[in-house]
Amino acid sequence: MGIRERLSGNEATAYAMKQINPDVMGAFPITPSTEIPQYFAAYVDNGEVDTEFIAVESEHSAMSTCIGAEAAGCRAISATSSCGLCYMTEMLYVAASDRLPITLAVSTRALSGPININNDHSDAMGVRDTGWIQLHAETNQEMYDNYLQAMRIGEAVGLPIMVCQDGFITSHAIENIELVEDDKVKAFVGEYKPVINIMDKDHPVSVGPYAVPTYYMEAKRQQAQAMIDAKDVIRKVGKEFGEMTGRSYGLVEEYMMDDAEVAIVIMGSSAGTAKEAIQELRAEGHKVGLIKIRAFRPFPKEEIIAGLSKVKAFAVMDKADSFSALCGPIYADTCAALYTAPTRPLGINYIYGLGGRDVRVDSIKHVFAEVEKVAATGEVGETYRYLDVRE
Amino acid sequence: MSYNLKENLLREERLAGGHRMCAGCGSPIAVRTVLRQVEPGDHAIVCNATGCLEVSTSVYPYTSWKGSWIHNAFENAGATLSGVETAYRALKKRGKLDDTYKFIAFGGDGGTYDIGFQSLSGAMERGHDLVYVCYDNEAYMNTGIQRSSSTPHFADTTTTPAGKVIPGKLQQKKNLTKIMVAHNVPYVAQTTFIGNFKDISEKAHKAIYTPGAAFLNVMAPCPRGWRYPTEKLMEVTKAAVETCVWPLYEVIDGKYILSYKPKNKLPVEEYLKMQGRFAHMFKPGNEWMIEEVQKEVDRNWEELLQLCGE
Repeated sequence: MGIRERLSGNEATAYAMKQINPDVMGAFPITPSTEIPQYFAAYVDNGEVDTEFIAVESEHSAMSTCIGAEAAGCRAISATSSCGLCYMTEMLYVAASDRLPITLAVSTRALSGPININNDHSDAMGVRDTGWIQLHAETNQEMYDNYLQAMRIGEAVGLPIMVCQDGFITSHAIENIELVEDDKVKAFVGEYKPVINIMDKDHPVSVGPYAVPTYYMEAKRQQAQAMIDAKDVIRKVGKEFGEMTGRSYGLVEEYMMDDAEVAIVIMGSSAGTAKEAIQELRAEGHKVGLIKIRAFRPFPKEEIIAGLSKVKAFAVMDKADSFSALCGPIYADTCAALYTAPTRPLGINYIYGLGGRDVRVDSIKHVFAEVEKVAATGEVGETYRYLDVRE
Repeated sequence: MSYNLKENLLREERLAGGHRMCAGCGSPIAVRTVLRQVEPGDHAIVCNATGCLEVSTSVYPYTSWKGSWIHNAFENAGATLSGVETAYRALKKRGKLDDTYKFIAFGGDGGTYDIGFQSLSGAMERGHDLVYVCYDNEAYMNTGIQRSSSTPHFADTTTTPAGKVIPGKLQQKKNLTKIMVAHNVPYVAQTTFIGNFKDISEKAHKAIYTPGAAFLNVMAPCPRGWRYPTEKLMEVTKAAVETCVWPLYEVIDGKYILSYKPKNKLPVEEYLKMQGRFAHMFKPGNEWMIEEVQKEVDRNWEELLQLCGE
């Protein structure tokens, strides 16, 4: 039985870090993730961990120090948000291609401009092609649980991993949470056994060399394979975590999908709001359900096909736009996954909740009403839609 | 122990021959000389900013680096090596490492004076136990001789061409060495290749074995960008020192110490005339440019003499 507590998402994340006691943290403050290095610095300065903490001068340097430390055989961690994640982007690619399983906590936030400190997924979506694994949490509990699983996943496939929660909504709200005992965490996470280590005096290595066209593409192909392999690792680690805590995880979570006729695909804290809407609609006799994406990278193609092929119509909820004049990022990937599936339901896309725009139960009910219309008429109409916006 | 060139050259080379740097380039000479000052038995981890040195020594699947080496990007050798050095302390603290490691970054002036300036400043301010070596060739040579903030006044580069209206670079060279001194780090030095390499070797040894952050600014000429015959490299660096264009000095715990004072300070023409990048300054009607540079060099030299208590 775990330890019952009440923690914010940021504090739960810092607490997971403390229990893991990694070797090096390099971090820079940015709202709303700032509390994570703050809590962690207090653990360091009070001797509750023996991690070396580097208070760097930018997010770019935060990720650069993590790359240096992880290449030196250490477990390196950081935390960031929004523009900070953007500023790291160049280094995110290097971390992934150097195959360094760094762990990065992200409290997701809108991007400038206009400058805005509230939640959406523009930051995480903006770095979706950097080669990082991305897990997203609905609740503080999930953020904590995902963090405890992250190193096992990243290190197994040699890829860095982002553990994301919704800024303020999850990062700052205090919820009941069940913590895992320290000794169980240590046993579950285990020791890091690096594949490369520049500090290995018997095997000197050049990390980050120049690759000509003869070699570059093979490096990328191996990276692609690692991401494919990550799917099974995430499922396996999630199952093992469930055996320890009673809370199992896969790439997605299905909610009320068994007999659902219409569904939404959603990610992050708004899944909680959507579940409430589903309960109310179910009470009125609507057969509605949802698929919550937990692993956005690797994208859960099989789970999406299995879940959505049961329904007549669906809506994908994107808390970020990609300004393609077509759709948001999750809708694009969902449709790509479904395109060659034997059964292809009709789907529409909603861009919602940008810059902290409130997402209410009624907002989600409106979406379901629209999806039911699509299911009933067989007409999708405009697929690229904005929710709760003044036109 | 007094410096001995012969003994020095017998030490193990940590950068293998056969790399792809140009003949007459100062950069690999700076690297080999600095790395020879790592005591035998100590390990050196080298971090390289993107640039000529990095692309020419690490063409996969080959590497010229005998010890471990890490390249991350153009602008973050300071931060990357900060991470490595911190990892070393973390591993030592946890009893996972016994040997002594030294941490040395090499970056060109582009990666040091300009795009890597913030990352370098952060590493110096935090006081990581590492040495940052700038091989200063006074322009972005890897991309084809574009101006940097280290490029000297009036130099002809591909982004400051000596044109009909604008005669090369309009600004003076940034004094990065002094900016590093302002970080209150225990050791900062400016050096180049002179005589039997005593100056650079002794400074490198001090930089490597002084606990805390150290910065070494090494004038490392580029034959392509400066346009001198490759065999003239050592003559160019000597002229830079004898004209006081590139004075040799060190700053230990904030105290300036002049390493060399020319008995007969040569006029700047003696340095400028050796290099094609300054050729336009010698055209009739452009005498004012040489005069201006002379004034700048004189002022900087006087300031340095004062700082050194000379």
